[in-house]
Amino acid sequence: MSDIHDARGTEGDLAPGEERLDGSGVAQGVRGYLIGLVLAGGLTAASFYLCFSGLIYGPAIPAALIALAVAQMGVHLVFFLHLTTGPDNTNNALALAFGVLIVTLVIGGSLWIMANLNHNMLPMARVMEMQR
Amino acid sequence: MSAAHQIEPGAIVEGGEAPGRGAGGPASTRVYVGYGFWIFILSDMVMFSAFFAAYAVLAGATAGGPGGRQLFDLTGVAWETACLLLSSFACGLAGIAAASRSALWFNLAMALTFVLGAAFLGLELKEFAGLAAGGDGPQRSAFLSAFFTLVGCHGVHITAGLLWLLTMMAQVMAKGFRADIQRRILCFTLFWHALDIVWVAIFTVVYLLGKAP
Repeated sequence: MSDIHDARGTEGDLAPGEERLDGSGVAQGVRGYLIGLVLAGGLTAASFYLCFSGLIYGPAIPAALIALAVAQMGVHLVFFLHLTTGPDNTNNALALAFGVLIVTLVIGGSLWIMANLNHNMLPMARVMEMQR
Repeated sequence: MSAAHQIEPGAIVEGGEAPGRGAGGPASTRVYVGYGFWIFILSDMVMFSAFFAAYAVLAGATAGGPGGRQLFDLTGVAWETACLLLSSFACGLAGIAAASRSALWFNLAMALTFVLGAAFLGLELKEFAGLAAGGDGPQRSAFLSAFFTLVGCHGVHITAGLLWLLTMMAQVMAKGFRADIQRRILCFTLFWHALDIVWVAIFTVVYLLGKAP
């Protein structure tokens, strides 16, 4: 279809955010974004709806919301950032995997450590008393 | 390109287009520029993760002040979410238009991206101004400090992205779809899509979980 899409050829690595289009490039590309938009919109609507509908058991709502958010991030990565597990995306996917590892360590580790600290700390009222 | 099948990984091909993965020499400029920017985006995500961790730890530290349940207005958040998602979609269309070298469609899609992004930013500033006017600014409690830092940092990214967007439109008008301009457009679309992913985390963790019964 276009100069750059052709120049990329069918072998070798792909830049992150690019997809290999064959034949009807523009129509195929727009179709991918439309699918992504519908899926992401649906997941967003589901998040907002589930939060207040009373459809699911109250204490399970946080887990459900986080699952929906992770699913939507996956939709964005696949349909908007065109990340695949193919050999032309090995470097991009590996970098993402490392990023996810660090993000998980930072967030999970902080919550874990701070929950422990809070648990082991004197109650605030006692601290105030001692400072007098 | 068909000759690439016979090239051993690591072999140097004189004057040929490198197919990547080590065969025929280094990857093309477009691949490593995009990859470098991808690394930057992931490091930006790591920075956001620190703000998310701070927010998650401090979400209950309201110092006797109002919490998320009293302060957040989900109608505004739903509109912000819709604006940013559609903006990301329009940005993807702009990327396709750039790839097919259509200046008209590129400018239309980028203009739509800008309008929706600016609408998002306007709604966010309105929310911030409302909170500050009610005495619930970042200095009110640790919870609000973490909230303004996290959401404000995303807003600063959006502001920078909008300026970058205008720069890209001007560069395409002045220089056309040159290879280096195409690479910058690729990086911009990566940046804009990544900001939408961060917003998914924000509306879930900050707003929906903050408001959930």
